[in-house]
Amino acid sequence: MLGFIVKRLGLALLVALAVSAIAFFLLRLSGDIAVAIAGEGAQQADLDVIRETYGLDRPLVVQYLDWLLKTLSGDFGTSIYFKTDVATLVFAKLPVTLILGVSSLAFALAISIPLGVLAAIYSNSWIDRLALAIAVFGQAMPNFFFALILVMLFSITLRWLPVSGSGSWLHYVMPTIALGYYTAPPFMRLIRAGMVEVLSADYIRTARAKGLSPYAVVITHALRNAAVPVVALTAVQLGHLLGGSVVVETIFALDGLGYLAYQSITYKDFPVMQVIVLLLSVVYVLLTLLGDIANAWLDPRIRVA
Amino acid sequence: MRFFDKASTALAATILAATALATPAFAQKAANTVRFAYDQAPESVDPFFNNVRIGVIIGANVWDTLIYRDPNTNEYKGQLAKSWKQVDDKTIDFELREGVKFHNGEEFDADDVVYTLNFISKTENKVVTQGNVNWIAKAEKLDKYKVRLTTKDIFPAAIEYLAGPVVIHPNEYYEKVGPKGQNEKPVGSGPYKVTNYVPGKSISLELNKDYFKDSPKPQPKIGKFEIRFIPDRQTQMAEMLSGGADLIMHVPKDQADQLQAVPTLQVVSGETMRIVFMQMNILENGPAPALKDERVRKAIIHAIDREAMVKNIVGTGSRVINTICFPSQFGCTDEGAARYAYDPAKAKALLAEAGHPSLTMDIVAYRERNQTEALIGYLQAVGIKTNLRFLQYAAMREQIASNKAMLTHQTWGSFSVNDVSAATPNYFAFRSEDITRDPQVRDLLEKGNNSVDPAVRKEAYKAGLKIIADKAYAVPLYSLPVYYVANKDLNFKAYPDELVRFWEMGWK
Repeated sequence: MLGFIVKRLGLALLVALAVSAIAFFLLRLSGDIAVAIAGEGAQQADLDVIRETYGLDRPLVVQYLDWLLKTLSGDFGTSIYFKTDVATLVFAKLPVTLILGVSSLAFALAISIPLGVLAAIYSNSWIDRLALAIAVFGQAMPNFFFALILVMLFSITLRWLPVSGSGSWLHYVMPTIALGYYTAPPFMRLIRAGMVEVLSADYIRTARAKGLSPYAVVITHALRNAAVPVVALTAVQLGHLLGGSVVVETIFALDGLGYLAYQSITYKDFPVMQVIVLLLSVVYVLLTLLGDIANAWLDPRIRVA
Repeated sequence: MRFFDKASTALAATILAATALATPAFAQKAANTVRFAYDQAPESVDPFFNNVRIGVIIGANVWDTLIYRDPNTNEYKGQLAKSWKQVDDKTIDFELREGVKFHNGEEFDADDVVYTLNFISKTENKVVTQGNVNWIAKAEKLDKYKVRLTTKDIFPAAIEYLAGPVVIHPNEYYEKVGPKGQNEKPVGSGPYKVTNYVPGKSISLELNKDYFKDSPKPQPKIGKFEIRFIPDRQTQMAEMLSGGADLIMHVPKDQADQLQAVPTLQVVSGETMRIVFMQMNILENGPAPALKDERVRKAIIHAIDREAMVKNIVGTGSRVINTICFPSQFGCTDEGAARYAYDPAKAKALLAEAGHPSLTMDIVAYRERNQTEALIGYLQAVGIKTNLRFLQYAAMREQIASNKAMLTHQTWGSFSVNDVSAATPNYFAFRSEDITRDPQVRDLLEKGNNSVDPAVRKEAYKAGLKIIADKAYAVPLYSLPVYYVANKDLNFKAYPDELVRFWEMGWK
């Protein structure tokens, strides 16, 4: 088990490194960063000052290696745009995104588990079709569009919730629903498929024959076994949520990591963007690893394999 | 049933709680607070370390300048300076106002002016808008309320810059905290003071009760301004509709038209100094040799119905321009310059005469895509097939500077400086984005830039602008309006410099 974890951690590091390199060089393809920083109408004198200040006059590879060495030594640099320490900036925004990610995941599970289970129990009935329709709707509709529908309903028409900002828990309600609903369909389909398979298994028939209550059969016997792939998906989806928060946080001006990522891309604030990309890729790979470990714990056969 | 009872009670409680907590909207007039949503956050609140419009707006409200330009008459008045005198071509003496205080209580005097001007003029201090400050050679204290400013070269637009981007910092505070501290806890002497600032999120301003009574800026009336940075336009509109914001700006015409129908809102549009134009690359080894032919360039201008674009796409507050500058700018004129009417038949004839009945070209653009698409339609109609390359501003500028652009669709706001030296020379005085490079035009524009005699300047600019128009070096299109959407109870006026003057605003 330990060897497995160490190997996966090493891989995680390599992936993060590759992602950071790709992000670094892709960012440079989108135009001269000095011009982007200086803005419209900057004169040569402005550009010279900026290039010298940020070391943009050095070869690209040198700039990347310099960034990498500093990052590895724990120096994440200074934001070009906000002129503050990148680590402070990023870690100040992290809690907002984590709250949003976890609450969205909880929302996604809260709607997908009951719907998935019901769809499996009443497969091919109207309940199943309704669950499928909800899933298709959630998957097909872009989350920015759904977010705007929520705003129309809850903010403009009913005036229950604030449109944007991050001052209170109320500010998280619509972002959580928008992001969570987008995440729910894969869970729903996976749970339904798993439950359909498990419910027709011999040991379920035996459990029923023993006279166990339908609740005990479905929840303690069937759902536990159907939940194994859900755990792995949860890890991956949490990573997706962190990435997906860029759109949702931007729409709701929720002051988290996703919004900061959007700003750093807009302002070509590459030290911030690099750290966010690195952080998200590391989190993503670590979550996948955690999912694997949790699966190994839930299903001992995986450990042997 | 019990479950449903409990659930509906819980839902009702949630709704009540939500309603009680989320009443963001209705009492702002009573609270004397304007909530202003803007799409871009400034990188620093210190006006010398940002180059975005919201930075200019905050700068003008929180700080004061030596001179004030009356936006209605364009007349210069003393602000922190009581009076000024042009001693010679490169020297201006200022007599300063007494009894002015900064927000932290520091007294204003010559030391503040000398410190600020000398600080920003040094390149090692890395002011990000070098063009606004690099004309300053030095400032000297003559006595406690007298300062002498020397410019590096003859710089006739000095007064205009001193009435705009060159604000005055409190020297003791600035020396202690530097640009970083001034960004974190900004201190100026203007009609509003900063009470809270969260970078990238929001900034709160409060009326400066001790604002000096003799200022040409009227005494502020509205108690508080809360500026929130909301990047998404739809969210901004939703905030306006739900009563969560009182003011937004730069709203696209079609969306402003929609909001006009909302009874709680008002839409105000105003012309700005931002001009829209097309450049045509005639440089040696340029990618579109056909543009070297004057007839092809004239055909392009004749092909575009600028009046129709203004009326149908750009909207109220826009007007057609015939030279590459904004009409109110000193030295800007279209007198004697060639004008090109919309005449597609003539355009076709000119193209045929030049031996190019059909052409294919690329056009680079970076904003107002719908306008670029309209331009493409007009060009297509006379036989010029145009491929759109819609780029980030930085990438577009690189294409132009490296002689890879054929046609461009550009805009230029002159930093709201009301002088031609801030406009035309950027594109025609051999700077990096000059893709025509006519030495005669360059010399005329330089002559205008380097004289303090208004008559000489006007004459030189007029001659330069005439050549540009006569030889069809570029396509002057129109000025851009800005659409503001505001709470209908808010009183405010739109100005061409796109400056939102909080100190003038009030409630109806």
